[in-house]
Amino acid sequence: MARVLNIRDLRVHFKDAAPDRFAVDGLNLSIQEGEILGLVGESGSGKTVTAMSVSGLLPRDKAEVSGSISLDGQEIFSCTDKEMLNILGDKLGVVFQEPMTSMDPVMTIGPQVEECLKNHSRLSRAERRRRALEALDQADLPDPERIYRQYPHELSGGMLQRVMIAAAIVSRPRLLLADEPTTALDVSVQAEILALLKKLNREQGMAILMISHDLNVVRRLCSRVCVMQRGKLVEDRAVEDIFRQPRHPYTKQLIAAIPSRDRRLV
Amino acid sequence: MKKRADIFLCTGGAICLITVCIIIMGWFWTPYDPTAMDAAAKFSPPSLQHLLGTDNFGRDIFSRVVDGAGTSFVIALCVVAIGCIAGIIIGSLCGYYGGLPDLILTRVCDSITAFPAFLLALVIVSVAGPGTENIILALGILFIPSFARIVRSEFARCRELNYIKSAKIMGAGGFRIMFRHILPNTLPVLLSTVTIGFNNAVLSEASMSFLGIGIQPPYASLGSMLSDSQSFLYSAPWYALGTGGAIVLLILGFSLLGEGLQQKR
Ligand SMILES: Nc1ncnc2c1ncn2[C@@H]1O[C@H](COP(=O)(O)OP(=O)(O)O)[C@@H](O)[C@H]1O
Ligand SMILES: [Mg+2]
Repeated sequence: MARVLNIRDLRVHFKDAAPDRFAVDGLNLSIQEGEILGLVGESGSGKTVTAMSVSGLLPRDKAEVSGSISLDGQEIFSCTDKEMLNILGDKLGVVFQEPMTSMDPVMTIGPQVEECLKNHSRLSRAERRRRALEALDQADLPDPERIYRQYPHELSGGMLQRVMIAAAIVSRPRLLLADEPTTALDVSVQAEILALLKKLNREQGMAILMISHDLNVVRRLCSRVCVMQRGKLVEDRAVEDIFRQPRHPYTKQLIAAIPSRDRRLV
Repeated sequence: MKKRADIFLCTGGAICLITVCIIIMGWFWTPYDPTAMDAAAKFSPPSLQHLLGTDNFGRDIFSRVVDGAGTSFVIALCVVAIGCIAGIIIGSLCGYYGGLPDLILTRVCDSITAFPAFLLALVIVSVAGPGTENIILALGILFIPSFARIVRSEFARCRELNYIKSAKIMGAGGFRIMFRHILPNTLPVLLSTVTIGFNNAVLSEASMSFLGIGIQPPYASLGSMLSDSQSFLYSAPWYALGTGGAIVLLILGFSLLGEGLQQKR
């Protein structure tokens, strides 16, 4: 099967960090079409920096990047700015941790969900609107017509995260990058969002890179897990294997850190 | 403090509305021709015929104040427009892209602000010669740094916000991000800066005209009238009071508006 995302020997160093301290240190990682891959590790292990490298968000003046990342066969480090803009959103959708701050407070939901289409397609206004409503509906939001016209502050965190997901999938990307999408939400809402991601993966065959510090989340959603520690990949295996017999001591620690009650539950 | 902000906004808005209405009315109609002299009515104190009395030529002061306030208003508006538009362009580019151009432009703005603004305006006007356009230009240039600095810091702040990052990920280009996503979010800050800037512009223009390097006769602005009136401070105090009162009223309205806006955010 084709690889949607292929990261080879990615190295990221921030200029203000110690010379030998790499935020991401020789990472190799790939995602097959339609796969859900979990990326776990304690906070500060370089998960977000990896995601930012893929989405081209690293501050250019502060970060030195080497290695290669190809998205759907296209090498992004050799892209011009213009090509990068075309890849973003078209092939890649991103959902952040903080739904509350990820929406423009002075814009209604509708145009924000349409942002991708506006930048990438020549669809008419009516057509864009239809697609946005469809995406909101796919994200299991009740009454898309009304939400389309509302402002972010009128919605709850869980609903906003659904809106973010709708905005990320509106142009039907090949890969959805979700950086701790449930961390800021209540436990019950968390489960709903995870179910939604699973549904989108199943129905649209969209690959998902699920980033989390929470092994439970990953276990529910993913088929394969990558474990990161201090910028390095320490384990990359099927999810059952990792939980049954973790090889790397760090993975053992992470699993041991799950409260025992939860361990039985999942 | 929401309530106090509302009070400021309401009173400020009311005063502004009234002054602006009177000024607009003044463009079409004033009780007397502001330049018509009437030797029989020199220095007449305020009365029903002449609301604010008359001056040394027997001209109706109320009509002149309305006319002069119109001039001051238009000048201040032009000054703020120049400062605001140039400030937005410079500030947004600097704040959003950063780097060397940002460093250079910030230093240039700093050095402009380092001079007493008034001195610099004096220099510009004495080189270019007095006249309405030159005053607008001189003050406009002086007002650019304050706008640029505020817009720059707002853009630099917003650039790091999540929703700007997500717009970027959705493929929005630099221009679209700057003016469709960031600019509307800086509007509250910008608006209170505009009201403060407007006040400063009215005051600066009045001071320059007061010193005789501003608006030249036969045109009159509030500053030049205040300057005229000081010769008659004892014989016709209503002249200075009427003009001074008009300046206070014009500034008070916008100050209250600005204060209210600032407290609101
Ligand atoms: N903008 C930045 N400038 C400097 N260092 C950074 C920046 N962003 C992240 N880092 C560093 O990179 C490392 C990895 O961070 P991150 O990827 O955010 O971890 P996490 O796995 O919790 O998402 C951390 O040590 C952090 O200090
Ligand atoms: Mg993180």
